[in-house]
Amino acid sequence: MHMSKLGRGLRLAARCVAGTAVISGLALSSAAAQTKVRWLHVEQNPLVVEYWKEVAQDFEKANPGTTIEMQFLENESFKAKLPTLLQSADAPHLFYSWAGGVMRAQVDAGAVKDITKEMSGEWMDGLNPSAAKAFNHKGKFWGAPERMTRIEFFYNKALFRKAGVDAGQIRTWNDFLKAVETIKKAGITPIAVGGGEKWPVHFYWVYLAIRQGGQAAFQEATSGKGDGFAGPTFVKAGQLFKQLADLEPFQPGWQGTMWPATLGAFGDGRAAMVLSFSGTTPVLQRRNSASGQGIPDEELGTFSFPVVEGGKGLPTDTMGGINGWLVGRNAPKEAVDFLRFLTRAENQRKMGARNLYIPIAKGADAAITSPLLKASAEGLAASTYHQNFYDQDLGPAVGRVVNDTTTDLAAGHLTPEQAARAIQDAWELER
Amino acid sequence: MSSLHSVPTTAAAAPTRSRGGARRKGLRRGVWPVLVLFLPPAFLLFTIFVVLPIGEAAWYSLYDWSGYGAPEVFVGLRNYELLFRNPVFLTALKNNLLIIAVSALVQLPLALWLATLVSHRIPGVVAFRLVFFLPYVLADVAAGLIWRFVYDGDYGLLPALASLVGMTAPYVLADRDLAIYAVLAVVVWKYFGFHMMLFIAGLQAIDREIYEAAEIDGASRLQRFRRITLPLLAPTIRLSVFFSVIGSLQLFDMIMPLTAGGPSNSSQTMVTFLYSFGITRMKIGFGSAVGVVLFCICVTFAFFYRRGVMRHD
Repeated sequence: MHMSKLGRGLRLAARCVAGTAVISGLALSSAAAQTKVRWLHVEQNPLVVEYWKEVAQDFEKANPGTTIEMQFLENESFKAKLPTLLQSADAPHLFYSWAGGVMRAQVDAGAVKDITKEMSGEWMDGLNPSAAKAFNHKGKFWGAPERMTRIEFFYNKALFRKAGVDAGQIRTWNDFLKAVETIKKAGITPIAVGGGEKWPVHFYWVYLAIRQGGQAAFQEATSGKGDGFAGPTFVKAGQLFKQLADLEPFQPGWQGTMWPATLGAFGDGRAAMVLSFSGTTPVLQRRNSASGQGIPDEELGTFSFPVVEGGKGLPTDTMGGINGWLVGRNAPKEAVDFLRFLTRAENQRKMGARNLYIPIAKGADAAITSPLLKASAEGLAASTYHQNFYDQDLGPAVGRVVNDTTTDLAAGHLTPEQAARAIQDAWELER
Repeated sequence: MSSLHSVPTTAAAAPTRSRGGARRKGLRRGVWPVLVLFLPPAFLLFTIFVVLPIGEAAWYSLYDWSGYGAPEVFVGLRNYELLFRNPVFLTALKNNLLIIAVSALVQLPLALWLATLVSHRIPGVVAFRLVFFLPYVLADVAAGLIWRFVYDGDYGLLPALASLVGMTAPYVLADRDLAIYAVLAVVVWKYFGFHMMLFIAGLQAIDREIYEAAEIDGASRLQRFRRITLPLLAPTIRLSVFFSVIGSLQLFDMIMPLTAGGPSNSSQTMVTFLYSFGITRMKIGFGSAVGVVLFCICVTFAFFYRRGVMRHD
């Protein structure tokens, strides 16, 4: 960052003051050197935070002299504040990451520490290789994955019964459209969607593109072959999505609905389905429902995103997140030690056993007991191509354009061609 | 911004105002310590927090920069070109103009009317003033959240009221034709109290005897309002317009919890546009270009308004 002479002077003065504070602090504290690891997360699920706290306490017990300080920022402010924060003296040592384009920008700017050497060997051998690969950029590792999610349809079994729809029969996109029509005819809102935040809408379009064009289409688009994101695969994805949108399947006022309210609407039985994250959905639909009860686990079902007839994508291709932790540039050795501790199989099994997320340590998913999460984990284990969210993978600038345009497409303000063109224009601007 | 702007000018202008022969020398001797003591803090703050950031924003706006590291990819004026081609920016600009228009044509007359009602010394008037002023005391974000609940199509106050009279209210914040008007209603509700207070102060400064004289001369209420109140209140009105225009241009905190600029970017203002298209997209260069344009609009307006309309105030 540019600093004027004046700014530098101020910074020096601030350092002197801070230095004095540190010295006096040292004089006060005991002889044992204290290392504090600042760990910045965005988690809103208290069960996950509770689990992390326990892991941190275990680590502190095993490593006297090290304290783990958990810091929280809400998702949007995390994204907005991180660039400034990472370049300040208070930069977190470990911070949450979705990998993808944002991570690459952070690495390119030198804000992240290379931990390739520390990770090689036993640590790396214990991790799911495709999840670990997400944290590789320029041939080096900058962080470690902790968990994965798959995006899948959750449905309310009672409402499906009432409408006379069998989720097991939904295999293709046409099956799905028919089911939506049937549910609607039964007087039930078929789908809850968080149009106010836009990214829940982009799931549909991206999944349709994956089903239509498979991995090859994405690779060709990102490498600039043909018409890129304005090409036939992505236009077709838009047309298929529009078929759904034309049925008006979403809850009234969906364009203003935020994500928690979306899950709440589903939990209250005001919509029959929601396209959502494996792992957190059963908990969050309960917490956000007006009654606080939500749908009991045995009345919740899931099914994979339907396939597109004639599409090149395989039914086993998946979309979802790969989440983990990046190591800040000035992080102490203890931060890396803690990350290793957090991602080792023993702790990952604990996370699996609590059915919070799908763990990424090899074999840890065997600990999962919830049948729903187990099915998602098996789907991910058998995944032929796992696509990270576009709004992470393509970087924040193109990602937000994808979110904006797919939402406008669903609202009928853009045609499939216009949406695809807008995304390609944004992509070209980034090259 | 305008209040910050005035800090160094008044400080610097103070010594030049002293006129007169013999006293001049003594004054000047007395002025230097004051200058040395009081000018640097204001000057430093102004430089660090106003002048430098403006300069930096202008500099960043020429780069394609993510906010990480130092800006390196020089793109000239491309950010400005992209900005003026961006349809959402034009919507934001239009919305800002709409907010200014509503502030001037709805909010100010409303504030003036209420001020004339509650400026008299009659019992209970203080309570009314307090009630009208309360929305202004609320934080913008809190007001936005409250109104998000009021407008909520499922559990909100508005649909509940509508169902009482047997109607169904639309999902106001989810409708791209209605959302901006919902925002405007909150803006008027939030800020009319502030302008009302300005007007009350202005009204109380008007000499009662003028009204008495006019009454004796047989002037009607309308005549008294048009011929006495309006002209004598003119400086306050001009100031109030100034505040509402600058405030409208900078509207941000209330919109974020209400609509976050949506749906379909229909309720963006220039500052929310800056935030969602600059900061959250990690396009600090582009965002800086928005900031520079906004700054130019504010400065041009402030300059010409003060030079032209407020010249005699």
